[in-house]
Amino acid sequence: MSTLVLRGRKVVGGCVEGEALVTRDRISGWGGIDPRTGTVIETRHELKGVSFAGKVLVFPGAKGSSGWSSQFHIARLAGKAPLAMLFNEMTTKIALGAVVTHAPSITDFDRDPLQLIESGDWVKVDADNGIVEVTKKS
Amino acid sequence: MKLTADEQAMLDGSRGKARQKAMDLLLRYGEALGAERFVDTSNVCGTVGASTPFLRDYGRSHGGMDAVFSEFNLDSAEVVEIPQVAVRSAHLQQGIDPEHASRQGIPAEVVTLHRNGEAYTAGLGVQMLNTCAPYTVGNVPAKGEHCAWMESSAVIYINSVLGARTNAEGRESAGCAMLTGKIPYWGYHLEENRLGTHHVLLDIDVESTADWGLLGYYIGEVVQDRIPVVSGVRRAPDLGRLKHFGAAAASSGGVEMYHLEGITPEAPTLAAAFGGNRPLATIRYGQAERRLAYERANVTAKSRDVDFVMLGCPHYTLEQIAELCGLLQGKRIHANAELWIFTPRQTRALADQKGYSAIIEKAGAHLMSDTCSALGRVIPKGTRVAAVDSAKQSHYLPAIMGIECWFGTTAECVEAAVTGRWNGSLA
Repeated sequence: MSTLVLRGRKVVGGCVEGEALVTRDRISGWGGIDPRTGTVIETRHELKGVSFAGKVLVFPGAKGSSGWSSQFHIARLAGKAPLAMLFNEMTTKIALGAVVTHAPSITDFDRDPLQLIESGDWVKVDADNGIVEVTKKS
Repeated sequence: MKLTADEQAMLDGSRGKARQKAMDLLLRYGEALGAERFVDTSNVCGTVGASTPFLRDYGRSHGGMDAVFSEFNLDSAEVVEIPQVAVRSAHLQQGIDPEHASRQGIPAEVVTLHRNGEAYTAGLGVQMLNTCAPYTVGNVPAKGEHCAWMESSAVIYINSVLGARTNAEGRESAGCAMLTGKIPYWGYHLEENRLGTHHVLLDIDVESTADWGLLGYYIGEVVQDRIPVVSGVRRAPDLGRLKHFGAAAASSGGVEMYHLEGITPEAPTLAAAFGGNRPLATIRYGQAERRLAYERANVTAKSRDVDFVMLGCPHYTLEQIAELCGLLQGKRIHANAELWIFTPRQTRALADQKGYSAIIEKAGAHLMSDTCSALGRVIPKGTRVAAVDSAKQSHYLPAIMGIECWFGTTAECVEAAVTGRWNGSLA
């Protein structure tokens, strides 16, 4: 099993580990997810029908409605939030969304997490120190 | 982040528990962004109400509106007493129209809850505009004004068309800004972040409102959250067209700012729109791109039997209502279909006065306010196939409600409401 380490900037602190869910599509909050199940619902999204609940969500960033934060906020209260969030593009939607989701989150990576992490990999997120350790599934 | 004395005082709790919570969240948010300081704002548009289903239940089970404000505006599980807002604050669209509650399938108990919530929010000093388009009913920010607005279609409008400065705030940050008059100085508040990044060249004329929607829908998907500069607009679009264009671009992508060369205030010339930036890409928009956007906006539609037509996303202006009345005059909505039109309540009052509401009711359609189908999840019972004239609504409504949805012109939508059949096509 190979492992690799990425370094980035803390957005929300905390340490967790879990399975990665990776998408190259940006995620829409309001109208893009069902926060009561943690499922992506956007019509032409590659994760349509897939739940991010309890996963280390790896994605480019946020798009769409300014209801982004409140939908992920509701997902947290419903127990369906991502375990952690790793993303590339900083926007107000995702910054506020990550903060109110209380999920350890990192951005500004030294290497592109979308290139290096695949769905199913095991990921340790130490957001306090901005360190991500990836164990490849194969 | 560097705090001023008054910001530090709020954070220390000397201005009360709620403002302390607000400052704490703003600080966490600002640090997440990488902002260095806050900027003062005295124009906030946000959401406090609890009329959508999840929040209704939360309010009921956690002790009312202070609990809703604490959790959903301040990110505080601890319930704190909410004081008067510190700066001019307006409320965006809500989850129901209390005047059409039974038609929207809303039980009386929820209407009571909604009215109580509205009284609570108004009591905090918030102006109950209840619309996604506050800039059509009296909140028109000035050029350069630092704002803290939610609602992606309004954010893109006031940045691009009015030259005001806001990021797309969320429910929590807007709530905190209401109590503190502070928002992170980041993104579109800074001059250098407002310059164009992508150049869009029009190979075809874009004239109709539907065509402006398609252009926005196409551009948003291509540039995502960057700043397009559109050249080749032959006739300056009106408010309704700009409203549809921006709403669509903010839905398929995350566009919060654009320039129309020679038209919008920060783009008197192409050079001014780009500043020192070299365009990252040049995008051509012709018939092929227009068709692609049309097909994407219609991707969920299969059955031509339409049972619901929804207009007013973003909320219709009085001019759009007048245009609709011209199309509706002397016609009847089909027995198997419904037509609902959404507009701000202030505009509805004007429509009543002008006689438009009577024309709409006489045709068997309904003029509603305060909410929309996608936001409030309000559609006629049993709806399977909808039709809309908004690329934004066609993007969201099928995903949220699990229905099919056609996109076309206002005239095609009215025809569908009158015949119960979709006969639209790309002209």
